[in-house]
Amino acid sequence: MDTLRPARPNRGDTAEQVTAYTFISPFFVVFAVFGLFPILFTFWVSLHDWSLLGEHTWSGLDNYTQLLRDENFWNALINTLGIFVLATVPQLIVALALAQLLNQRLRARTFWRMGVLLPNITSVAAVGIIFTLLFARDFGLVNWMLGQVGVGTIDWQEHRWSSWLAISLMVDWRWTGYNALIFLAALQAVPKDLYEAASMDGASQVRQFFSITVPMLRPTIIFVTLISTIGGIQLFTEPLLFNSGANAISGGNTGQFQTLTMYLYERAFVGQEFGYASTVAWVMFLVIAVVAGVNALLLRRLRTAV
Amino acid sequence: MTTHTEPVTRPVATPPKRSTSTDRRTRVSRRRRLSPTVVILAFVTAISAFPLYFMLVMASRPNEDITSIPPPLWPGGELWVNLERVLDNEDVMFGQAIVNSLLVSVVATVCVVLFSALGGFAFAKLRFIGRAPLLAFVLATMMVPIQLGLIPLYMLMAKIHLAGTLPAVTFPFLASGFGIFMVRQYVISAVPDELLEAAKLDGASVARTFLWVVLPMLRPVLAVLALLTFMERWNDFLWPYLVLDIEHPTVQVALSRLAGGYYTDQALIMAGTLLGVVPLLIVFLLFGRQIVGGIMEGGLKS
Repeated sequence: MDTLRPARPNRGDTAEQVTAYTFISPFFVVFAVFGLFPILFTFWVSLHDWSLLGEHTWSGLDNYTQLLRDENFWNALINTLGIFVLATVPQLIVALALAQLLNQRLRARTFWRMGVLLPNITSVAAVGIIFTLLFARDFGLVNWMLGQVGVGTIDWQEHRWSSWLAISLMVDWRWTGYNALIFLAALQAVPKDLYEAASMDGASQVRQFFSITVPMLRPTIIFVTLISTIGGIQLFTEPLLFNSGANAISGGNTGQFQTLTMYLYERAFVGQEFGYASTVAWVMFLVIAVVAGVNALLLRRLRTAV
Repeated sequence: MTTHTEPVTRPVATPPKRSTSTDRRTRVSRRRRLSPTVVILAFVTAISAFPLYFMLVMASRPNEDITSIPPPLWPGGELWVNLERVLDNEDVMFGQAIVNSLLVSVVATVCVVLFSALGGFAFAKLRFIGRAPLLAFVLATMMVPIQLGLIPLYMLMAKIHLAGTLPAVTFPFLASGFGIFMVRQYVISAVPDELLEAAKLDGASVARTFLWVVLPMLRPVLAVLALLTFMERWNDFLWPYLVLDIEHPTVQVALSRLAGGYYTDQALIMAGTLLGVVPLLIVFLLFGRQIVGGIMEGGLKS
């Protein structure tokens, strides 16, 4: 982040201050009511047995101890993290490679950039629906193609590994190009003379990539990882739509692809246990806060190290 | 890994031949077009486009084609029939859903743009107590996933009798920390202090200066913010899916209802999906350059 202009003092006159607070107040009002209050209140609700109608009794940390022994919670947590890793690791690697390609001298640059961004324009719901058809067991294109190379019919929803893989592919299809553009922006900010100097010293392309590009991009890599983590932990729509039918929220017949947000939703709005579901939400919030904190620390260390 | 710099370093695809200089020039340009980079990018673009093409194919076929093996890969002639069936379906209310989505997205976009312009300008140019910590707070809100407050938000909406209605999916998104930050960065780079001081010397108030001097200068960044916000609102799923009732669907909610197992009519589902995607595709085709630019700038701000 850039610094504030040092030349001017920190205080304006009263009229300027009043105007400033007026200008920024809409954001703070909206965020306080619809962002901050709900998240803080989630913690309060999580300390209660709280039903849909608002009747509630204090239960202290009971929900939390129950959560730690809840197999379904652990199942959802494992699914969420598993899909997250399966989707994110290859995605970031491909995005970085794609950014390198897009950073070369190209004709029709905007066309290629739009090409990789196209999936991100498509709504998550549409992605879920289209890919579910592609992965259909009996008449899906994916199984047909696999059949051509001798692989037998796969029931993608049936197994844990296959459902994770299909859902990861949906996430990757939608987000790889987006992340590639973010990496591309960072690549373009790397001073060209670094590469020129390295070339003159006889460093190979590969060497340049690992000795210049990766270190210079590290802050961006951390940022993209953070954003992907926040998104990944909240994964909901793709697995929900992957499982059509009345019981879609359960994520497969044995919950093999039920994510944390789906579990939260199920306990809150199917089971009507607001207190317990809030506990799930708050634990998710803690996971994200820890990840964000680690990221911030890493970033700070990088800044001081450079 | 791929090569970083110019095509000079790349392997030559065709063997060198003796030729005149004009010949060589055309050959070089042709070679550049067929470079490995372009081949890979073309492949990636094909992967990007294929699921959408597949959707179009399926939306233009009768149902018995969709379940045929191998699956059809060319569009059929039933597109209009299927689209009509979606729009006529009274359970799904797709036409209404499109109107609702437009309404919600436009209102949220207008407010986000307005409030971001105000806030971004204030954080960039006005002096007030607590500016730095408040800005840090705005940045922190970008990291907070609003859906973790889902349960109290639902309780709140039920309490003020908005649950089920369109305002419930509009109000929480009327302001955006990202928008404020985006505008702030732009103001710092594009609006010189001297200009504001000149306006002040002329006796203009801050509000007047903002309205008549600064706001017109912000048009490019506000346009990009508007595009990104509109797309985000249009595509929003979880919260609308939870809070809206049957009479007030947005497009995404209508889609999930279509696909939710009450229908096994794949042609209908694909035609609906097509209808939901096309408005954004049009926006993307018209303003792709700006959208790409906005996303790349957004990433740089990290």
